[in-house]
Amino acid sequence: MQEARENIAIPKILTAPMHVLPLWPVSIAFSQLARKLLRAHPNILNRIDKYQDCGFDLDITDLPFILRLHPVRADLRAFRRNAAPDADARISGSLAAFLAMLHGVEDGDSLYFSGALQIEGDTSAVLALRNALDDAELDLSTEIANAIPLLAPPLRLALAPLEKLTGLHLHRADTTPEVY
Amino acid sequence: MELVCPAGTPAALRAAVDAGAHCIYCGFADETNARNFPGLNFSRTELTEAVGYAHARGAKVLVAINTFPTAGREALWHSAVADAERAGADAVILADLGLLAYAAEHHPDLRRHLSVQAAAANPDAINFYATAFDVRRVVLPRVLSVEEITAINREIDVETEVFVFGGLCVMAEGRCSLSSYATGRSPNMNGVCSPPEHVDYATEGNDSVARLGGFTIHRTPKGGAAPYPTLCKGCFTSGDKTGHVFEDAVSLDASALVPRLAQAGVTALKIEGRQRSKAYVAQIVRAFRAVTDALDARRAPPALALARLSEGQAATTGAYAKTWR
Repeated sequence: MQEARENIAIPKILTAPMHVLPLWPVSIAFSQLARKLLRAHPNILNRIDKYQDCGFDLDITDLPFILRLHPVRADLRAFRRNAAPDADARISGSLAAFLAMLHGVEDGDSLYFSGALQIEGDTSAVLALRNALDDAELDLSTEIANAIPLLAPPLRLALAPLEKLTGLHLHRADTTPEVY
Repeated sequence: MELVCPAGTPAALRAAVDAGAHCIYCGFADETNARNFPGLNFSRTELTEAVGYAHARGAKVLVAINTFPTAGREALWHSAVADAERAGADAVILADLGLLAYAAEHHPDLRRHLSVQAAAANPDAINFYATAFDVRRVVLPRVLSVEEITAINREIDVETEVFVFGGLCVMAEGRCSLSSYATGRSPNMNGVCSPPEHVDYATEGNDSVARLGGFTIHRTPKGGAAPYPTLCKGCFTSGDKTGHVFEDAVSLDASALVPRLAQAGVTALKIEGRQRSKAYVAQIVRAFRAVTDALDARRAPPALALARLSEGQAATTGAYAKTWR
């Protein structure tokens, strides 16, 4: 298993343009991905159960916006931090921490114990979401390649060097990603 | 020596099997088990599939039905026992006397283990459970030293299982009502210690604050290390002292004591953490499988570096090597 690198942050030079660029293309792209992902993994909604209608803020601290997930609507929208309406729950941490948890490299509770992840709001909803995603055994690179087949060939070429360059966990820990 | 590993989801169960668990314990998604958290646990169909996965790879599955049935609602617990047997489980882990009697009478061929929740901590209690309900294994409460476990094993004929890693309960297993005072719900009756719907995290200035039922449990600098929001691990002010009044926020790690536990006659080593992710399960199981393999090969167990997976990022040998404060 690879070493945890939850403290890696996206360089500011890469995120600076996002402060001024409109967020609606980001919202469209992420919502499309969320729809395909939830369709491919229906058990995620079963496990989220009565919290499907909650709004979850995924506050990726090294991005200049937050992502608001609304599971029942398969909606994943970007908001400026100071312009986001109140959500039911908020999970905050670096992109590296989120990816490591999603891909089964890092344990969510361990990230919480170390302070790398923070929680606010409805704790039950956060647990339901965390457990549902953990059971789904997601591989984001494969999901992106499946959602946008045109991206599969460049992803196949870029994934390994990109992981090496950034230190981010871009695919599931226990598998060789299908896009390789 | 058998390694008994936790699984809160089918994915975690597969991770445990693949990492070398001899045995996996899990529960149904209701209040019949003591880890009744949102998004966690198994449906009947998932359990049947999980048993198939484990058996095909030589591992066993135990089903924890280890809360205490409430009056008038016993049918929920009875059906859980029947469904566990139907799914092909290798044993059920029970705590309640009435449920043990029911299982012994109606499901005599289903192996019964006594849960840690029953808090059987001496030979008389254990022999009673063995004689009355044909209990084949007892999970010992985490209040005993290695010497006491040795003494117990000399006077009983059933197998013993002890915790070697994970969260530590305050020393009243099966009788803890601490969370009831703050929330009206308890681990033993409702399967939830610090029910998440009563937990509130907030940022106040530069601090992260955790509250349970409106009571502040601990306050840590934002981004600093934090324990679970349980009353027993809370940081309180009592008189002129502020600190962990009941228990320090640390996890059990008895990996170095495994050879002594084997000499004490222990049959199985248990890892706590059905509420944890498959990443935790895979890492801990792999580490402890190296320990049991070393034991089988009569080698010294490898030193494990598991503090980063621990509550409070620190570990203790708990009561096994008693050093009371």
